[in-house]
Amino acid sequence: MNRKPTAGWQVFNGFNLLFLTLLSLAMLLPFLNVLAQSFSSSEAIVNGKVLFLPVHFTSINYQYVFSDMAIWRSFGVTVYITVVGTLINLIATASLAYPVSRPEYAGRNVVVIMVLITMVFTAPLIPNFILMKNLHLTNSLWALMIPGAISAFNFFIMRSFFMQIPSELIDSGRIDGCSELRMIWNIVLPLSKPVMASLGIFYAVSHWNTYQNALYYINKPALWPLQVKLRQLIVSEDISIDPNASQFSGLAHMDPEGIKMATIIIATLPIIIIYPFLQRHFVKGMMVGSVKS
Amino acid sequence: MNQRAQVSKGKAMLRTFWKYKALYLISLPGIIYFIVFKYVPLLGSVIAFQDYNIFDGFTGSKWVGFDNFTRMFAHYDFLNILKNTVLIGVYDLLLGFPAPIILALLLNELRLVVYKRVLQTVVYMPHFLSWVIVSGIAIGILSPSTGAVNHFITWLGFEPIYFLGEESWIRSVLITSGIWRDSGYGTIIYLAALAGINPDLYEASEVDGANRWRQTISITLPSLLPTIMILFLLHIGKFLDFGFERVFVFLNPLNKENGEILDTYIYSQGLLAQQFSYTTAIGLFKAVVGVIFIVTGNLLSKKTTGESLY
Repeated sequence: MNRKPTAGWQVFNGFNLLFLTLLSLAMLLPFLNVLAQSFSSSEAIVNGKVLFLPVHFTSINYQYVFSDMAIWRSFGVTVYITVVGTLINLIATASLAYPVSRPEYAGRNVVVIMVLITMVFTAPLIPNFILMKNLHLTNSLWALMIPGAISAFNFFIMRSFFMQIPSELIDSGRIDGCSELRMIWNIVLPLSKPVMASLGIFYAVSHWNTYQNALYYINKPALWPLQVKLRQLIVSEDISIDPNASQFSGLAHMDPEGIKMATIIIATLPIIIIYPFLQRHFVKGMMVGSVKS
Repeated sequence: MNQRAQVSKGKAMLRTFWKYKALYLISLPGIIYFIVFKYVPLLGSVIAFQDYNIFDGFTGSKWVGFDNFTRMFAHYDFLNILKNTVLIGVYDLLLGFPAPIILALLLNELRLVVYKRVLQTVVYMPHFLSWVIVSGIAIGILSPSTGAVNHFITWLGFEPIYFLGEESWIRSVLITSGIWRDSGYGTIIYLAALAGINPDLYEASEVDGANRWRQTISITLPSLLPTIMILFLLHIGKFLDFGFERVFVFLNPLNKENGEILDTYIYSQGLLAQQFSYTTAIGLFKAVVGVIFIVTGNLLSKKTTGESLY
């Protein structure tokens, strides 16, 4: 394409560049502001001196957060449900998507329609809650991993991926006397690493961010995932700083605002760290998904 | 079909089942999952027509017909919350839905490839932050005493605004934070559609003397229309389903009057206040409206543009 740049076009280009730059700054700066506050002293925060760089650099907010056992426990809960939950997701989704992707599975359309219907009709909150209560899943970590074991959307993505595996490959495996499970393990799974990685990351992020189900189904503070704990910190007007916590000599210089900001950073950090890896996969995942719908 | 053919067909079916029993066995847990966790609660929605009591269960509770629904429409709270939900839904449709389209068009016009990559990386990121974190950031920067936004406002010589403590601001905060978090991510699908447009079209139009604006109107937008239409249909299907978390994390007693939506009301009245049947009726109402929107939208779209979900 060799389009001649006219004057108007160049003006537009300039504005476009400026606008998009400002926009991405708007995405970035709030985050930098939080980061800067988390490393700033309380006077600096209260006086509004902190913009995008820490003022009176201090790590006391982080020290306080790291000394809070409840936050550690929530962190542990979140790590646990992210790892175990994602494994459950992938195994459950694949073990339904693979059979249904094979042409020899009679009745596959029945299953597909059954899944499709759940995308349109979703049950209200209370019947779900009653079900969870009757299954004795409330107040257990299963409540955070089982109800969302298979996402219908991800099921369709995985199924269309499996459908691309040539039938000849499977058939030749069968002729060689390979059992169905062995075939899945030795042929299908190695071929589906890309889709497993993409969907695994989607599932993992949603477990990391899980909040709603924990709010509905869990009221034991010991089982709260990080987001619930974080929310509690954010809304509480003043974090009750224990005056007897003698290890904080600089306690008078602390501000709940700084502690909140430090907790936000800690909860976000893992996402930021895996983001480059994440970004590589989600575009692909999104593409497969859009082809399907 | 005569009987013998039917029998042999049944036999063939059984033989397939037996031959591929491993496949059926593997798929069984997934099927049970959908039945138990999706269909059972769907059936459980009948409590909307009962005076459900947790001790009597589904079978023992009294049937009350449409009482819960009539109560719903007679309730001042419900009507106000329905109004909030519809208003927030409309604002989101008018502002939140076009945002990724406009952003994708602008990104697409950017010719500096490396810089475009950088911008994309930045605008995609907020999508991966949880709503709790987004609200934490928003509460932080909008705070009247310590927030950066209000320091800027006072620096300009205005009075600080208590964004989250006044009911007049809550809807703006909800819509803006939604755009902040998701519009970048939403561009992915439009950028893919834009990349698929045949470049010959642009060259031909150039020969005909079309400028860039004209090309956008006559080539780019029409090429995007199918994608826009499909996403629009999906969007209006969730019209009353704005998302519980997204609103709940911003709600407080000061902004509830304008910010409470059906989902958050169902939570507080249903789970916390234990009005099981009443809130299930509301949930059912919401689901039915959603289905009506999808079906009507699909029908209209099929008639006008030929695009449809099914």
